[in-house]
Amino acid sequence: MSQIQKPRPLSPHIMIYRLRMTMLMSGFHRATGLALYFGMVFLTWWLVAAASGPNAFGWASWFFGSFLGYIVMLGFSWGLIHHAVGGVRHLIWDLGIGLSKEASMRWAIGTIIASVAITILLWLVVLIVA
Amino acid sequence: MSIRTPMGRARGMGAAGHGVGEFWHQRVTSVTSLVLAIGMIFILLTLATSTYAEVRATFANPLVGGWMALTVISFVYHMYIGAQEVIMEYGPKTWKLGLTLANTGFCLMIAAACLFALIKMSFGVL
Repeated sequence: MSQIQKPRPLSPHIMIYRLRMTMLMSGFHRATGLALYFGMVFLTWWLVAAASGPNAFGWASWFFGSFLGYIVMLGFSWGLIHHAVGGVRHLIWDLGIGLSKEASMRWAIGTIIASVAITILLWLVVLIVA
Repeated sequence: MSIRTPMGRARGMGAAGHGVGEFWHQRVTSVTSLVLAIGMIFILLTLATSTYAEVRATFANPLVGGWMALTVISFVYHMYIGAQEVIMEYGPKTWKLGLTLANTGFCLMIAAACLFALIKMSFGVL
């Protein structure tokens, strides 16, 4: 009697809904957060290499100057900026502002536009400096 | 095996009692991380074309070293809470303890390595 023969029915998850920008940005926020979590290994490598000596720093500099290194830095910078912009949106929501259906959709679209725009601006500065 | 349902076992136990603390700490570290990250990007931008000696000279400045140390502390605490949230929501039940230990260990290692490097560069003569 107490043994459950079949798994209990669960409430439907995200797969039953049409993809919306708010939903996509929610996923992006978590995905960029997790990517940054592991991306911290690269910042740590660079700092430890700098502290270790010229030889170790040379290896790190070689990597970050390579094609793969640029991909990592581009990904880390966009991830950081997207997570930051999305985080500001969450803080505004925490204040109870912009929670309506229409406003949250505008904020979601604004988040991706802002994160891409700021990343492009940042890399334009990098290209000018370097 | 108990005949009580999971809901029956959980009912009346109350919340774990520290959920609000984590929620609040996540918000506080989000604000500190935002401010600190802007400075970090500026520091890293200025070092983009620097030689090794210039990088070491920059990190010997206590303002730069201190700012980067605060950034690492803020980032690591924020990402620890965030990863723990993901583990609690998506981690399979039998994996939760192991993943929690892995998260704690990873965050401690990142923080220790970064802070050690920053302190060494602050105090150490090139």
